Amino acid sequence: MDQILGNIGLLFEFPVVNLKIVLDGIMVGALFALAAYGLALVWGVMNVKNLAQGDFVISGGYVSWYLVQNGFPALLGVPIAFIVMWGIGWVVYKLVISRVIERDLFTSLLATFGLAIMMAQILNLLFGSDTQSVDLGYDVLYFFDGFIDVPIAKLIGVLMASALAAGVIIFMKSSRMGQAIRATAQDARAARVMGIDTEKVYAFTFSLNSAICGAAGAIIVMVWVIQPFYGISYSIRAFVIVTAAGLGNLPGVIAAGLGIGALEQYGAHIFGIGYQQAIAVMLLLLVLLVRLIQQRRNRQVLK
Amino acid sequence: MAKNKTILYAAILAFTFIAPFAFPAFGTQLATLWLMIIVALTWDMTGGQMGYNSLGNIFFYGTGMYVAALISIGMVYDIGDYTNAAGGGIYKFTDLQYFGGLALGVLGAGLFCSVVAVVIGYLTFGLRGPYFAIGTLGVAIAAGELVSNWDWVGGGQGIALPVYPGDLDTGKIFFYFLFAAVGVSTFLFAKWLYGTRFGAAINAIRDDEEKADAMGIHTLRYKLYTWAMAAFFVGLAGGISAFQLIHFEPLESAYQTINLGIFMVVCVLLGGKGTLWGPVIGAILFHLFKEVTWNYLLGWQWVALGALIVVTVVYFQDGVMGYLMHRYPELFGIKVDEKTREEVA
Amino acid sequence: MSDIIINVQNVSKSFGGVQANTNVTMQVETGGITGLIGPNGSGKTTLFNSIVGYHPIDGGSIQFEGQEISKLPVQQIARRGLLRTFQQTRIYGAMNGIENMLISLPHRKMKIWDALKTYTREDYERADHLLEFVGLYEKRMLKSGDLSFGQQKLLEFAMALMNEPTCLLLDEPTAGINPTLINGLIDRLKRANTEFGITLFVIEHNMRVIMNMAETIYCLAHGELLAQGTPDEIQNDQRVIDAYLGAH
Ligand SMILES: Nc1ncnc2c1ncn2[C@@H]1O[C@H](COP(=O)(O)OP(=O)(O)OP(=O)(O)O)[C@@H](O)[C@H]1O
Ligand SMILES: [Mg+2]
Repeated sequence: MDQILGNIGLLFEFPVVNLKIVLDGIMVGALFALAAYGLALVWGVMNVKNLAQGDFVISGGYVSWYLVQNGFPALLGVPIAFIVMWGIGWVVYKLVISRVIERDLFTSLLATFGLAIMMAQILNLLFGSDTQSVDLGYDVLYFFDGFIDVPIAKLIGVLMASALAAGVIIFMKSSRMGQAIRATAQDARAARVMGIDTEKVYAFTFSLNSAICGAAGAIIVMVWVIQPFYGISYSIRAFVIVTAAGLGNLPGVIAAGLGIGALEQYGAHIFGIGYQQAIAVMLLLLVLLVRLIQQRRNRQVLK
Repeated sequence: MAKNKTILYAAILAFTFIAPFAFPAFGTQLATLWLMIIVALTWDMTGGQMGYNSLGNIFFYGTGMYVAALISIGMVYDIGDYTNAAGGGIYKFTDLQYFGGLALGVLGAGLFCSVVAVVIGYLTFGLRGPYFAIGTLGVAIAAGELVSNWDWVGGGQGIALPVYPGDLDTGKIFFYFLFAAVGVSTFLFAKWLYGTRFGAAINAIRDDEEKADAMGIHTLRYKLYTWAMAAFFVGLAGGISAFQLIHFEPLESAYQTINLGIFMVVCVLLGGKGTLWGPVIGAILFHLFKEVTWNYLLGWQWVALGALIVVTVVYFQDGVMGYLMHRYPELFGIKVDEKTREEVA
Repeated sequence: MSDIIINVQNVSKSFGGVQANTNVTMQVETGGITGLIGPNGSGKTTLFNSIVGYHPIDGGSIQFEGQEISKLPVQQIARRGLLRTFQQTRIYGAMNGIENMLISLPHRKMKIWDALKTYTREDYERADHLLEFVGLYEKRMLKSGDLSFGQQKLLEFAMALMNEPTCLLLDEPTAGINPTLINGLIDRLKRANTEFGITLFVIEHNMRVIMNMAETIYCLAHGELLAQGTPDEIQNDQRVIDAYLGAH
């Protein structure tokens, strides 16, 4: 308890610590937002709630890590992870996802939960259970007499995440496929009547989601560490963000992602790093509770 | 028909008694099988019969473990000191203290879990469908994480309980029969409950909760009671597991969300959701599959289990009972015959 | 006052920008049959939803048997004996007819330990009797989700009767019913009113039906009360005629 109060006191004594926490939060939040955007995309377009979302992220991380182990330059890991995970996403779609689209939501939730277990275990068998990371070997920038340290690698990570997000947004807005995806999300039957091949749209959407996650994972492995079983916490964060922001609300997803990132960093600072997982989950419960109370006021339930 | 059923039940009961003596090498596996049956049956109370698919029932299992352990320790020693010593040998229990603590601990675990189910249910039953599943999953994960940071109850190290006072084989049989007793009680309880108006009400909630509301059914009350009943039996099972395992820790054995927590759901789907026998059949099949893969697929057993989950959910969701009902409806009295109603009434 | 069972005073309800009900005031008399008509989208179902507590209202008051109910949740209102059927018929599709009837037994008279009992022979007989009453006795063992829309409508009506309400709100009871059966249904609705003593409040698009049954009729248009009166008065009210013609 004293420690917690001490940590809170620190925030007031050295306000610049807040700046560091917020900065860190925005950096992690940007990556959470990518995974959350993918989740919202798949959820909105084909009504599938993907509990393996985080495992796609971690898989992307391992793709990049594996390449670096074999002498590839680290920055190439991001686009290659994007491509490799696109392929994996397509296979997963054909084998599993395509068969749960028309079913009730619990089916997709459970099927992807099983998928999550499989993916984590396969990664564990292939790469072992140690934490891994890729060292870019760049410097660390210091500000405020060394109070704030910003590794250049993190800056590059945030830049790449933003570039990826921008690319996806432009693609969704202006390409034919992007328009078809949005039409399908609004009303799949109408889209089919209009001659859109929704099956193709679904496969594309899921592959795209997988690729986005993969690229996010490849960025994560450059700035933090990954481990085969870290997937679930990314999945949960993605759910927190989407639940807070709602579907089809990209600015909301980004804002919620950054907010959750910052809240988590504050939590970790105040309660200690051991609580990081707990904080992510507590945020989920908190968001659900708030949404529930909102709905109850209208005598509705959260469904 | 009725006579056949009696014979069937008698045979199962007889097998239950003989099994641990006939297959002494499998004592622990058989006990675990009963554990699976208990958690599958109770999962189906809310999942299959009431339509609320929880992914967090494991919460009651873990909480049951801790409550049982803490009660039995707290009756004799200071809990903080005990957990601090992390199993250091100075803490001895007499036979009376051991069995008394076990009895009170396990019962207390069941009751505590019931009460907690009502409290959590009051908050979570406003969530529907996927939100309920994820919300309950969140509760279970959060509990595991918080407990593993709580030093008073042993933190990430968990708790070591005293060893069964007697020889090892008697201990195995003792725990087997404890699980079997709870398992049989759970089954009989469920069988009775589903035949009452209570059972009809929770089925109505599953079919169309809004309609049930509009017809004046106390939906929230039924949901809370149902979950509390399920939690009671899971709590008992958790309490027994704590003593059987001797040492348990929060994330891997107590709040094991991705092991037992998801297995129970798969058992039910495999056997047939919303039926009395489905969870039992599913638990047996799943347990067999698990034991076989554990022995023969060194390293890859987990992948095989994940695959089993996916395949069950995607291709075989109605389970064994669903398949049989579809194939041989007359076995289940599904017909448009004048006589059936007389039998029902 | 005592012969007014539902008293709706100045009730308003909007959904975002859509004003579905504006200052609606109407009374339903105890023991009678009251009608509610209006073009599509005029706010009839919305008013029913407000009365049974399906959503909170923006303003006004709703009294049932002299007591304010506009803040009560759905189930509590239902347990007071004010029941509704849905325009989009709702039954428990996985259950058969008998089970649907039995689960509709009134829960307001039930103590919690009664839930731990099984149904009695009288319960079964009552279910049979009411299924017979709506003409579904032959279909009673079928999975009710497999019944036709019209049959489901009848089943829902029988379920409502099983619940022994004092007042029943029916949302388009004859929609989807074969025209040759409609006379029979009118007859049953009237008998539910006279024999079982249930006050009826009925939304109906079929003018012949409503003119035939109701003693008082209210007409909504664009969420506002347009006219009220006896069937004769309503039939000859120029505003009502215009509203219906203007809506097409
Ligand atoms: N839940 C809702 N959300 C938003 N708008 C709604 C909602 N329910 C009703 N409305 C709107 O309120 C208006 C009145 O609808 P209502 O269903 O009450 O009409 P109605 O008189 O029952 O019509 P009908 O005869 O077609 O059944 C309509 O414009 C409808 O679109
Ligand atoms: Mg309507």
